[in-house]
Amino acid sequence: MAQLSRRDFLKVSGATLAASSLVVLGFTPETALAEVRQFKLARATETRNTCPYCSVACGILMYSYGDRAKNARSSVFHIEGDPDHPVNRGTLCPKGAGLLDFVHSDSRLRYPEYRAPKSNEWQRISWDEALDKVAKLMKADRDAHFVAKNPDGQTVNRWTSTGMLAASASSNETAYLTHKVMRSLGIVGFDNQARV
Amino acid sequence: MPLQSLDIVRRSATTTPSPMARAAAEVAVAKLIDTSKCIGCKACQTACMEWNDLRDEVGSCAGTYDNPRDLTDQSWTVMRFSEYENPKGDLEWLIRKDGCMHCADPGCLKACPSPGAIVQYANGIVDFHEEHCIGCGYCVAGCPFDVPRISKKDGKAYKCTLCSDRVAVGLEPACVKTCPTGAITFGTKEQLQHDAAERIVDLKSRGYEQAGLYDPAGVGGTHVMYVLHHADQPALYSGLPVAPRVSPVVRLWKGAAKPLALGAIALAAIAGLLNYVRVGAKEVDPADEAAAEREKEKAHG
Amino acid sequence: MTNHWVDIKNADVVLIMGGNAAEAHPCGFKWVVEAKAHNQAKLIVVDPRFTRSASVADLYCPIRPGSDIAFLGGVINYLLANEAIHREYVTNYTDFSFVVREDFAFKDGLYSGYDEAKHSYDKSSWEYERGKDGYVVSDPTLAHPRCVYNLLKAHYARYTPEMVERVCGSPKDKFLEVCKHLASTATPTRAATIMYALGWTQHSTGSQIIRTGAMVQLLLGNIGIAGGGMNALRGHSNIQGLTDLGLMANLLPGYLTLPKDSEQDYGAYIESRTQKPLRPNQMSYWQNYPRFHVSLMKAWYGAAATAENHWAYDFLPKLDKGYDMLAVFDRMFDGQLNGYFCQGFNPLAAAPNKAKMTAAFSKLKYLVVMDPLATETSEFWKNHGEFHDVDAAQIDTEVIRLPTTCFAEEEGALVSSGRWLQWHWKGAEPPGEARTDIAIIAGIYRRLRKLYETEGGAYPDPILKMTWPYARAEEPSPEEIAREYSGKALADVADPKDPKVVVRKAGEQLAGFAELRDDGSTASGCWIFAGCWSEAGNLMARRDNSDPTGIGQTRNWAWAWPANRRVLYNRASCDPAGKPFNPARKLVAWNGKAWAGADVPDFKADEDPAGGMGPFIMNPEGVARFFARGAMAEGPFPEHYEPFESPLGYNPLHPKEPRVVASPAARIFKKDREALGKADAFPCVATTYRLTEHFHYWTKHVRLNAIVQPEQFVEIGEVHAKELGVRAGDRVKVSSNRGSIRAVAVVTKRIKPLTIEGKPVHTVGIPIHWGFKGVAKPGFIANTLTPFVGDGNTQTPEFKAFLVKVERV
Repeated sequence: MAQLSRRDFLKVSGATLAASSLVVLGFTPETALAEVRQFKLARATETRNTCPYCSVACGILMYSYGDRAKNARSSVFHIEGDPDHPVNRGTLCPKGAGLLDFVHSDSRLRYPEYRAPKSNEWQRISWDEALDKVAKLMKADRDAHFVAKNPDGQTVNRWTSTGMLAASASSNETAYLTHKVMRSLGIVGFDNQARV
Repeated sequence: MPLQSLDIVRRSATTTPSPMARAAAEVAVAKLIDTSKCIGCKACQTACMEWNDLRDEVGSCAGTYDNPRDLTDQSWTVMRFSEYENPKGDLEWLIRKDGCMHCADPGCLKACPSPGAIVQYANGIVDFHEEHCIGCGYCVAGCPFDVPRISKKDGKAYKCTLCSDRVAVGLEPACVKTCPTGAITFGTKEQLQHDAAERIVDLKSRGYEQAGLYDPAGVGGTHVMYVLHHADQPALYSGLPVAPRVSPVVRLWKGAAKPLALGAIALAAIAGLLNYVRVGAKEVDPADEAAAEREKEKAHG
Repeated sequence: MTNHWVDIKNADVVLIMGGNAAEAHPCGFKWVVEAKAHNQAKLIVVDPRFTRSASVADLYCPIRPGSDIAFLGGVINYLLANEAIHREYVTNYTDFSFVVREDFAFKDGLYSGYDEAKHSYDKSSWEYERGKDGYVVSDPTLAHPRCVYNLLKAHYARYTPEMVERVCGSPKDKFLEVCKHLASTATPTRAATIMYALGWTQHSTGSQIIRTGAMVQLLLGNIGIAGGGMNALRGHSNIQGLTDLGLMANLLPGYLTLPKDSEQDYGAYIESRTQKPLRPNQMSYWQNYPRFHVSLMKAWYGAAATAENHWAYDFLPKLDKGYDMLAVFDRMFDGQLNGYFCQGFNPLAAAPNKAKMTAAFSKLKYLVVMDPLATETSEFWKNHGEFHDVDAAQIDTEVIRLPTTCFAEEEGALVSSGRWLQWHWKGAEPPGEARTDIAIIAGIYRRLRKLYETEGGAYPDPILKMTWPYARAEEPSPEEIAREYSGKALADVADPKDPKVVVRKAGEQLAGFAELRDDGSTASGCWIFAGCWSEAGNLMARRDNSDPTGIGQTRNWAWAWPANRRVLYNRASCDPAGKPFNPARKLVAWNGKAWAGADVPDFKADEDPAGGMGPFIMNPEGVARFFARGAMAEGPFPEHYEPFESPLGYNPLHPKEPRVVASPAARIFKKDREALGKADAFPCVATTYRLTEHFHYWTKHVRLNAIVQPEQFVEIGEVHAKELGVRAGDRVKVSSNRGSIRAVAVVTKRIKPLTIEGKPVHTVGIPIHWGFKGVAKPGFIANTLTPFVGDGNTQTPEFKAFLVKVERV
């Protein structure tokens, strides 16, 4: 008994209190053979994607409910690494391993919103209202401040009073289309996360 | 390697033999944790929670990198960080993934009074089946590594299952799969012992003369093993026991014949009850605690 | 990255400096672990803190934040002094032998041509001498006193190990050990890789730090070889792609550049970018600039871009000055901006000096935020107590917040650090009414076009004439857009060697940029991506991971730019005769008729090595430059300058020259200079960084990550903590001259005081991830503390070295 510390002893005697009494008093749980937890991915739909965080660009497998039948709405319920991917070979860091909670974060935005001058609140608006508002604000500013010629009379065709920071996690396709549109408006104050 | 419900070698508190006819062909699996490759990124912690549908509390920072600070019913594995200045004066950041060791001679299973609440599969995995758990906490006391935790939500004991549901269908555990640096590997115990030997040669070539494998004999060996740079000093790794063995209390009462064991439970229950009635829930006195720690240190010495 | 993630396994020595790969790129870091385990590689970490990378390193050497050029300059000096250089490589593949102009000079920390009033240089003297034939003068004997080799040697002779110890605080013995490990790779059969990230870029001298690292690699012959290279570990999933696609103030897709006001003449604009060879028989690939440019304009403006209107040259805005992020925010602060768009970007948290940012946003008329998450920027007007104390009633900015899809809900391609374009697929529906960014941009564009069609307005031409050939105009498909940036033939494209042979029929997707033409017969939105979607289909979606040579090339996995090349400059992996320096890790070789091997040759495929064409085909010299000519703002050779907030207050290399304490050519505005702090009030050096459990300002919204790292903290060394009377877990206040934050103290042995010029200097570590939105415990924005000063070339802010003081709360 030399190695039985006081703490261990307390654990044994104290914890015995309620539970083991039940056994003694005749309540015996049904004797069953063990069954492991059901494997949860058995018929889930698997989709290949790329981790949206750093530029290691790990391959991921997303498992979602529904088999893409017309009546099934897909929702991701598990994400793990893609073992075929040459770089990550199935591994994911704590950010990649936690991606599920990004997809379902409470902070996900669900509706277009508007904050009026001096207001302390968001106000839910429709997509049409939102995009109409944005287009009108842009056009008013562009028409008022577009610089077609500089003071030396050189053609410069730039719009400097509106600027943009583009995403660093959006796809090439988003980036390309964004660049095409914004540059064609004459925007020069245009950067992305690479600057910081 | 895949598991089925009948591939069981031991069940807690059960006198009838387990179905063992298939066991002979089963291969012992294991997880090898190479502390020399571990960067403490906590991917294993995250993947474990994600796969097992657990979410621990959003806690607080206590001035260390350890978060959550300890194992819980929601955190079946945690990283433990310790800063160690070696005799040469160089700093080493020793990081250990803590969790169930899946002992070949599991103290938790031996201590468990509830039939079938703890089982050991033929491949070596020790699994808790919470539907049979009565929450007595014997497994906590019986574990030489202080691993199982009783849930505040349902009063039942939880710990790492070695992802028995994944292993059952032929997959590696979630923590193993996710580990970015390959510090955690999974395979047959024999293969991993071989891999460990290779790692130890490499570590010795880099100046870690005491590098070695942690697969303690006191619990019959484990199905979770560590490669340590300092195998001569496991305690450097946030108190990894030097010579763990099944608690003598467990040996005492589980070693006895079944009726006697039941009697022991009854006695303990009554003693506990009396103690409770007399002095209320026992708080551990800090002085006693310190004494116990010293006792432990000596024992591990 | 010049190389790619898996290739790191081929390294014999890995130097991680200016980055913390284990922390910020754990899954890429596995290839370092692999190199150690199966290639007997040695890992060296040089960092102000003993990091997670250091925890598995063979050698850790501390360094004071912001002194990297002194350290690396010391390495250059060591390599030159000890002849630990790859002679054959540097002699043939670098500018070692080129003679520099006589009027080039370096004195008291300044190069010739400095204009003190403008904080910039007239760079005309930073040039090679030209011979009568127009080519650069070369002295292969290296005897000429002004040849690059001799200038280089003289420049770095001052960077002695003793100086390194004094300036960087790196113990001399550790520094020399680092040098010895690196020097071991000067032989042809050993490779070292350098892995860096924002720990190098986020300095007022960031670009020059990286250059110094590249110079070390050139001396060792480590560029262009398997297991070598300069490997920038990029921080966001498509930050590489957005840079490639030119989403920066001065760029167009494929590193083409916007014209300046002065470039009114299209011919002159093209001419200045069409670089002619500086040495005989050099490729000088930028000679093809007109093909890239015209193909871009055809992709954007189609039939409206004609030879007559110089391919719609007027549609492109011209630049009168820099419009980079810091410059634009400074103008916003001054009330010169009315509107701003933040697409998946959270500048209130990510840009320096949060107080200035808040004031700047408050002066906007409108702010549009597109994001999957509720960012701090979108709520800059809302009071969040001590973490963000503003009065909404005083802020007139209209804010429109648009919910976007996240990765799981959309498809498309992202470009990894290794330049791989990888396609991904949609796996779920977005929450609520969230839409893709493509649908939002299309929605805004189509409304604007309609308004300009009906109402007219300022210069509507580029808006009305832009190509929009998409089947669903309101939401173009990623496939259509990818085909557009890859490129197609608009008319039959002929073989330049035989005009009768059609190499590409009208309407077909191009196989690569070699098929681009400058006559309007091809359209390609981004020439470096040309061929990613060819007639063979979407090569970015390829998933064959076979690696026949075993050196990790996997050429049929996805597609890498340029031309599916996996290791840049790979011609330099062979000797001048075309034989691999290291046959065990062969990338390409000359087989007598062509270049071939495990990679796509970065060279003219049928160029006989006897012709002497150099391997650095993008440079008009054909070789790599130690002498940067006019490419850098601060000078042709990197020199150590102190961070703008220096614990010394003088440049230890030029103690008597007040003009060169910090970089004389960095980006700083007057009012920001006034906001700088000094060491008497703010004695500690602070540095900001990421933790592995979190990603930027996103994962505080992610429960799993909030669980494993829940609360804001700062890291201080044990000695420092003792001085302050702070114990681990106590709360401390960290202040700079721009503001203060409060956080839990992590007290650690991993940060030690360094002795700089004889005095002890403490380092304070500040992880960046917290803010006032999300599920993690609310915290202060770390950039409350940082200075609004940028690198002279990239304008990247100096987040990695500034001054603070720490107090117990």
